[in-house]
Order: sequence, then structure tokens, then C-alpha cells
Amino acid sequence: MISGNFSTMRAAATGALLGLVITLPCAGMAAQDSTRSGIGSGRSVIVGSKPFGESYLLAEMFAQLLESRGFSVERRPGLGATTVAFDALRSGSIDVYPEYTGTGLLAILHEEPRGGAREVFAEVQRRFQEQYALRWLPPLGFENGYAISVRRETAERYALATLSDLARIAPQLSAGLSPDFIQRADGLPGLARTYGLSFRSVRPLDQALKYRALASGAVDVVDGYTTDGLIARYGFVVLADDRHFFPPYEAAALISDRLAHEQPAAVAALTLLSGMLGDSTMRALNERVESDHEPIPRVASDALRAMQLVGMTSDSENAARVSGSAVRTSFVRYLWDRRATLAAQAIRHIELVGFSLAAAILLALPLALLLERASGVAEPVLRVLGLLETIPSIALLAFMIPLFGVGFGPAVVALWLYSLYPIARNTYTGVRDADPAAVHAARALGMTPMQVLRFVRTPLAAPSIMAGIRTAAVIDVGTATLAAFIGAGGLGEPIATGLALADTRLILSGALPAALLALAVDGLLARVERWTTPAPLRNRSVR
Amino acid sequence: MSAPSLSIEHVSKSYGAVHALDDVTLAVDGGECLALVGESGSGKTTLLRCINRLTEPDSGVVRVGDLDVISRDAIELRRSIGYVPQEGGLLPHWRVRRNVELVPWLRGSGNAGRLADDALDMVGLDPGTFGTRWPDELSGGQRHRVAVARALAGGQSVLLLDEPFGALDAITRHDLQHLIVELRAKRPLTVVIVTHDVHEALFLADRVGVLRDGRLEQLAAPDVVKRAPATSYVAQLLARSDLLRS
Repeated sequence: MISGNFSTMRAAATGALLGLVITLPCAGMAAQDSTRSGIGSGRSVIVGSKPFGESYLLAEMFAQLLESRGFSVERRPGLGATTVAFDALRSGSIDVYPEYTGTGLLAILHEEPRGGAREVFAEVQRRFQEQYALRWLPPLGFENGYAISVRRETAERYALATLSDLARIAPQLSAGLSPDFIQRADGLPGLARTYGLSFRSVRPLDQALKYRALASGAVDVVDGYTTDGLIARYGFVVLADDRHFFPPYEAAALISDRLAHEQPAAVAALTLLSGMLGDSTMRALNERVESDHEPIPRVASDALRAMQLVGMTSDSENAARVSGSAVRTSFVRYLWDRRATLAAQAIRHIELVGFSLAAAILLALPLALLLERASGVAEPVLRVLGLLETIPSIALLAFMIPLFGVGFGPAVVALWLYSLYPIARNTYTGVRDADPAAVHAARALGMTPMQVLRFVRTPLAAPSIMAGIRTAAVIDVGTATLAAFIGAGGLGEPIATGLALADTRLILSGALPAALLALAVDGLLARVERWTTPAPLRNRSVR
Repeated sequence: MSAPSLSIEHVSKSYGAVHALDDVTLAVDGGECLALVGESGSGKTTLLRCINRLTEPDSGVVRVGDLDVISRDAIELRRSIGYVPQEGGLLPHWRVRRNVELVPWLRGSGNAGRLADDALDMVGLDPGTFGTRWPDELSGGQRHRVAVARALAGGQSVLLLDEPFGALDAITRHDLQHLIVELRAKRPLTVVIVTHDVHEALFLADRVGVLRDGRLEQLAAPDVVKRAPATSYVAQLLARSDLLRS
């Protein structure tokens, strides 16, 4: 029986490794849960944001304001887009996020734009309460609607102050507009109809490039948002919507009914911001975030102090000061200064991958072995799993929100679904096609079907099974970067924030570690593959 | 101790419209060697596999000793019958000794290692030299010797050989044929060998059964088959193999 121990040992070793993969992230989760439940009075308030500069900044201001009043706060910044953030609020995954009344009216209630700022606010307030049991707090004081901008010299030369003025000379000007603005009924088509506008040419331009194109003279007119920081930086002139074509987009905190009922003091604290942020104030703050790449926590705390809503020093401010000093340093230094955050994000990333991969192995491996015994249903089952692969990652993540809310759990579920197919397909193919002569001999000499599967098919399929696990792991590491859009954290967080703020260094600070992690995981699993593959099959598997 | 007899009584087996076996009846005495010859599709392999229930006949009875194989547990039956498939069929991820230990190990025998070493000795392989090798470190002939050792390590007294030496060169095949002869001289062994090589059948077997389209054309001693082919088909088969040999 000496040689009999050979496969037993291998099985035990594989089991131990699987155990490790599973327990490591478990330990991490347990630690997180304990810190979460360790918070003293009441639940912490979960503050979300959408993935663009102003939303990040407002959410950070909400968070710091709450913290200064003694609330514990959890941050879920950069949630996908309107639907993701809104669904997160409805499902109770977050308690509050900054939203715009016009967006509420058009994108969520699907109503036609109508009325002034006051009417729109009253409408969304009433309808959200009735339909979704969500509450709008009084507006923050600024609007972030569509803004049609021209260069100052253009405005002066043609005496332009309003869109009606623009309509007069539009045929001489070229416009650079964002692609969705060109298409949307409440964008260019409606605008052209209302004002009788017709430009000499219209070019679709990306959000990030528009203002630079305007400054350089490549185009004469661009669309944007009234609080875009770059409008102030370049000294562009925003033309007044004198016929009130654009609906008002007043910013306000949108909160859950639960927060309103269970933590009224938190609601009272958030209400302190109502009416405090004017257009120009917000534009200046946005400029610090978007063009100067100042750290959001610092800009937020400066703003709160200027409004005398928080005291002179706070921990978050000190932390912000430290990271703020990295603004104009080398990339290596930048990464070094962010090391604590990056390490936490990397650990979260590893947890996302570890959990989903372990769960996928636990299901897909036995499933594939079962399918070998029931070959009739194997192909249909595998095809269903394969279909999951064709769902775009961001869509799959979005599907998770109504079912499981936002955050770590739903992201793990989505990644788990992605990992099933490569593991199940490789395992099934591996065991099915295992050396037919060996399988036949084992059967003929009296192995039971289970013994054939355990002692012959599975060990012979080891290289194929491991290849499936490696594929799944590498896919997982990459896809997990998108999990940040549903608030799961990880290395996708700096990538998403960096994309929203056009901050290349921030993007790289997430993308580079993620790429390294993918290489490391693949390398590690290559070693595991070597170790689980029976010795005489090793050279074959390399081929 | 003597080897059990085998009997096949009115055995038929169809795969869809194809009659692989059509009412075949024959008996093998204990200790006898029967060779089944015929072309591909003649049913010879199907007949062999009915003996250890790798194939279940549609009708008819197969007995090993006095017992109808249907009355026995298929797994237990297979563990009691030696089997050498085409190509040997060694498990590539097990060392030679582990391969040979297979049946004693499946039966939960405490001395599987010693039985394996004895079996390796019996087929002319030194257990010390070959026991720890991987199958892919052996020559083709050595692999087949290991396969024969594996088929007999559990003390089996019935040995089924399914076109065992077809892929080997002439010299190696000759050596292995002599190995079977030696083994039969050393211990009581009822052997059924399926082969498409008529000369192998004539050399090894006490009696030769010629199958064609699932029917037995002739069942007789080798010299009878050579001297008096029962049908023109048997004569043709002999003539063709003589042609191949020269």
C-alpha cells in the first residue's frame, strides 16, 4: 500500500489547499464583520455617490458632516450610474447619495421636463415618497443643469449672453457636443427646435476633451454642466437658458425612509447643508477636484470648515493633508504615500477573487464530475453556464443589485457566476476524455464507476481542471476591478474614481497592482497545477 | 486446484440492427486455451466481454464454472477474472507496482504489495527494477508483461486477452506468446484470447473458434482447422493469413 498513499496524499494536499483558499477570505470577512458590529450606538450611515467628481465630493461632504456629529459612516463611492445608485438606495444598501431633481424627473420617473426649479422639486419629492418611500432633503443651493458655453472672446465679439443670442449667429459656429446630448430628445434636437438653432457643424466630442477643444479654438460651442470646474478655469461664458428649455437640476441629498425614521439626528445633520452651496462655490470646489486633482477629503473638509459646519481639525482632514502632499511627486512616491489604502484595496480584491473562486470550485467541480455520470444533460447544463459568460460584466453586476443590494456580497456572487463555466467545462472535458484505454482497463478489472471517477478519470484530468481554475482566477482578478461600480471596493475603486476625475495616476494606482495580482495568481496556480498533476503527466501538460 | 470451465449457451447480442452475436454456443474446459478469430465486426470481442459482463447479452446464458454470471455481482465477477485489453491499458499516473496491485487492492487484500511482486516475477520482470517505474518509462513489450501480471496478481484462474499483442513488433509478440504458454504450464489457467492473427491462434490455442457476422463458423483443434476448414470462409481466412505471413 506504499504506492497507494501517493494519490491519497495528493488528494489530502489538494483538499488542504482548497481549505486555505476558502478560510483565508473567511477570516477577513469575520474581521470586517466584527469591526462593523463593534460600532457603538446604532448602525453606521452608508453614504453612496455616483462616479463623477461632484458626486464624490458631495458624498464626502455628507460623510464628514455626519462623522463630525458623532455618526459612524461607511462610504460607497462611485456607484455605477443613476440606476445603480438609485437601486442601491431602494434596496437599502446605502442610506443617502447626492442626486439631481431633473435626473429624478427624467431618468427615474420618466416624465417630460416641465416647470421651474420649485415645481420640479415639489414633484419629485411627492412622487418619490409615494412610489419609492424615498425622501429628498431640501436642495443644497446650486443647480447642475446643462450649460452651453462659448469662449469669452466669442461672447464679447457677438454680444452673446443667452441662447436666443446664440441662435442668431449659430450658422457661423461649430459645436462640439457629447454624443448622448446630440441624441437625447431633451438635448440638441429639443434645443434646436426651441431656439431655432442650427450650427455650421456639430462634432461629437468626449466629455473629457470638450473644454480643451473649446479653449484651443477647434470648436466654438460646447455642452457641459453648469458646475463643471473647467468652465471657471478657462473663463468660459455660460449662455443663459432664457426660454427655460432645460429642466432644473437642483442637487439635493436623496435619503432612504429607514434613515429618516431610525436616525432622524443624521437627517438633521445632513439638512445643515441645504441652501449652503451656491453655483460659484460648487464650481470652485469642483475645479480643485477635477483640474488640480486635490484629494476629495481635503476639498470636502475645507468646504465644510468654510461654512463653519465642522471644527478646525478632524482626523479625516489630517489624513487628507498627508495624502494631499503627494499631488506633485513621482509616481513611485505617489504609490508609496497611498500604500495603506492600496494594501487595503488589494486585500479586498483578493477577498473578492478568493471567495468567488473557492465557491465556484466547490460547485463547478462536483457538478462536472456529476455530469460525467449523466452525460445526457452535460452539454445543456454547460451551455447554460456558458451563457453566463456572455453577459457583459457591468450588466451582470447591475443585475445583482435588485437581488442582493450593493457591496461585497453581490460582487462575489457575480464573480462566482463568471468562474463556474471555465472550471466546469475544463473539468468535464478532462474527465470525459481521460485516457480511454486506462478507463476501460480499470473498469474491466473491477473498479466501480465511482472508483473509476476518483482514481482514474479525476487524476488524469488534473491538468485540465487546473487550467480551468487558472482561467477563472485570471478572469476574476480582471472582472473584480468592475465590482467597484457596485460598491464592492477593491483595486477597481481607484480605477473608477480615476476615470471619473480623469486622473491617470489614480487609474494606474489601481490598474498596475491589479495586473500584477493577475500575474501572481496565475503563477501561484501554475505551481499548484504542477503539484496536483501526476508526475508522468507533467511534461504532457506543458506541451 | 483446477481452473473453472466456461460455457456460452445460445448467446445473442444486437446493437440496433447489427447482430454482433447470433445464437452462439460453445464450451471451454477448465485449463483449456480457446482462441477466437475473425475479422473486425465478427463479434469476437463482444463474445469475450460477455464473459466478465463488460457486455450483457440480450439472451442466452454465460457460465463461469457452474455459476450463471448474471447471478454474480458484476464488480466481484470482474475482480475474479484476469483481463488484458488492447494496448495493455496501464494507468499512466500509477507506478508499475501500483498498477499490478490493482485487483488485490480493490479486494482489500493486506498483502497486495507481495502479490504484485510475485506477479511481476512471474512475467519475467524484476520487481526491484521495474516496480517503481512509470508505465511510460517501459518498452511496449514490458508494458504488456505488466498488463498480464496485473491480470493475474489476484490469483485469477481465468484469463481473457482482448487482441493483446496486435500493436507489437513480431519478435516482441513472439516473446509474449511464449510467456502465455509458460504461464499455462506453471498454473491452472483457463484462457480465452481474441485475435485477428490466425497464426497466433493456431500457435497458442487448444481449440480455435472462427466467428463471422456473429455466428460460429467452426470450433475445432488447430490441426483440424488447418487440415479441414469447415467452410469456404474459414479456408479463405487461412489462405489470406498465409499470404500475409509469406
